[in-house]
Amino acid sequence: MRHALRRALFTVALPALLLLLWLAASDGGDSVYFPPLRTILGSFAEVWNADRLAHDVLPSLGRLTAGYTAGAVTGVAAGILIGTHRRVRATAEPVLEFLRAVPPPVLVPVIMLFAGIGDTMKIVVIASGTVWPVLLNTVEGARAVDSVLSETARSYGITGLARLRRLTLPSAGPQIFAGLRQALSLGLILMVISEMFAASNGLGFAIVQFQRGFAIPEMWSGILLLGLLGFALATVFRLVERRVLRWYHGLRAAGRPS
Amino acid sequence: MKGHPMLDVRGLRKTYDGHGRRVEALRDLTFTVAAGELCCLVGPSGCGKTTLLKCVGGLLAPTSGEVLLDGARVTGPPPAMAVVLQEYGRSLFPWMSVYANVELPLRQKKDLGKERRRALVADALRAVDLADAGAAYPWQLSGGMQQRVAIARALAYEPEVLLMDEPFAAVDAQTRAELEDLVRLLWRQRGMTILFITHDIDEAVYLGQRVLILSASPTVVREELTVDLPPDRDQLTTRAEPAFARLRARVYEQIQAAIHTGRG
Repeated sequence: MRHALRRALFTVALPALLLLLWLAASDGGDSVYFPPLRTILGSFAEVWNADRLAHDVLPSLGRLTAGYTAGAVTGVAAGILIGTHRRVRATAEPVLEFLRAVPPPVLVPVIMLFAGIGDTMKIVVIASGTVWPVLLNTVEGARAVDSVLSETARSYGITGLARLRRLTLPSAGPQIFAGLRQALSLGLILMVISEMFAASNGLGFAIVQFQRGFAIPEMWSGILLLGLLGFALATVFRLVERRVLRWYHGLRAAGRPS
Repeated sequence: MKGHPMLDVRGLRKTYDGHGRRVEALRDLTFTVAAGELCCLVGPSGCGKTTLLKCVGGLLAPTSGEVLLDGARVTGPPPAMAVVLQEYGRSLFPWMSVYANVELPLRQKKDLGKERRRALVADALRAVDLADAGAAYPWQLSGGMQQRVAIARALAYEPEVLLMDEPFAAVDAQTRAELEDLVRLLWRQRGMTILFITHDIDEAVYLGQRVLILSASPTVVREELTVDLPPDRDQLTTRAEPAFARLRARVYEQIQAAIHTGRG
């Protein structure tokens, strides 16, 4: 209990300190572009009311969820296939190296050409960016299945789908989650970028609108909201990961090689 | 006790080809293990014991020769065979509870109902004295307990032949003695055929009804020794018997000779 309290304190301490510093340093300032934090916070409550949440934040989250899920599922499926078949890997690897080197935002204009400017485009952009870290990490994870474990499974007739479910996927779990974590922050970035190009709602759209209308405190409040959103998503992710990979963290804590 | 041959290894040969050179691991292995027999294989380190085990277990195709299990040629891992390996830490699935680890192979046997599965797992865990550990993860247990989980998994599988590859090489002496007695006990209770591979001479003599001594690699069977010790064995009294010392010395000589003269 005391341990948990201390950890919570450590988590909040630095953000709180930075906010206080920002608050103190900006108070009474008259810069147009860097308004006082007090003003930003004041506009925050005003701007992000229920209407805006429903109109801008929810659609954004919907796109992120759809794109991220599509990217993750594709990445894991393709990664397992490539990771467990040497020949597929030899064929696919050069192409993968090329594709992962292309920065996802430059795909936005290209994707707009065939997916239009609606939700589909944004979801495709998010999916096409998030798929890579998941895919490459899954390949590594699926390749690294322990040889003794693999032979044990074989000797007990655990093959095919059972092998995939009971051996390959859980064994690659830690790497898959590492990829999913990278993909999450990437997904958030792509969500905002895709909404800046051609959109009529969404968080990225709102922030650009505020900026163009010189509603600077409102713009800052949007950035603040994005940061909070990223933090919340990361926290949820960590909770899920802790749960799913409980065995992995326990195994590592037990200090035994695996 | 001696029945028909359960395991029949004929002219087993295995060479590995790689990087322009050919390594002959097994030259010519021929031996049988009778149904219900506990047979120990002992040899100098690096004598291809693991290759042999993989060939017998259907995990590796021999270069020539064959393995027959109850008259049928082994071409892949046979359902009537279970394996216990040395590396207990790497042969149990760390993401599953002890219970799930023992149950997993049974899920592959389609004709087993849920009730029957549960009964088999409970029985196997009880047999290795881990009835209360089902909910734990393997890595929460000591090395000896983990190896007992691996044994329970093999037991629940109800194999006719149990292959054990240096299963106790990585545990401390005290635990090792306990596990040896456990294997003897389970073997006598359940009447399985056991092929026990080890590099430990005392262990081979203490456990087996028969000891096969292997040569250094490329491997052949160097000698076959019947262990004429009483079936009731005890860590203290059996090991103190003159017959035990005599057998042990005999195996030791053979292994030394195998190391110094190479093959044959």
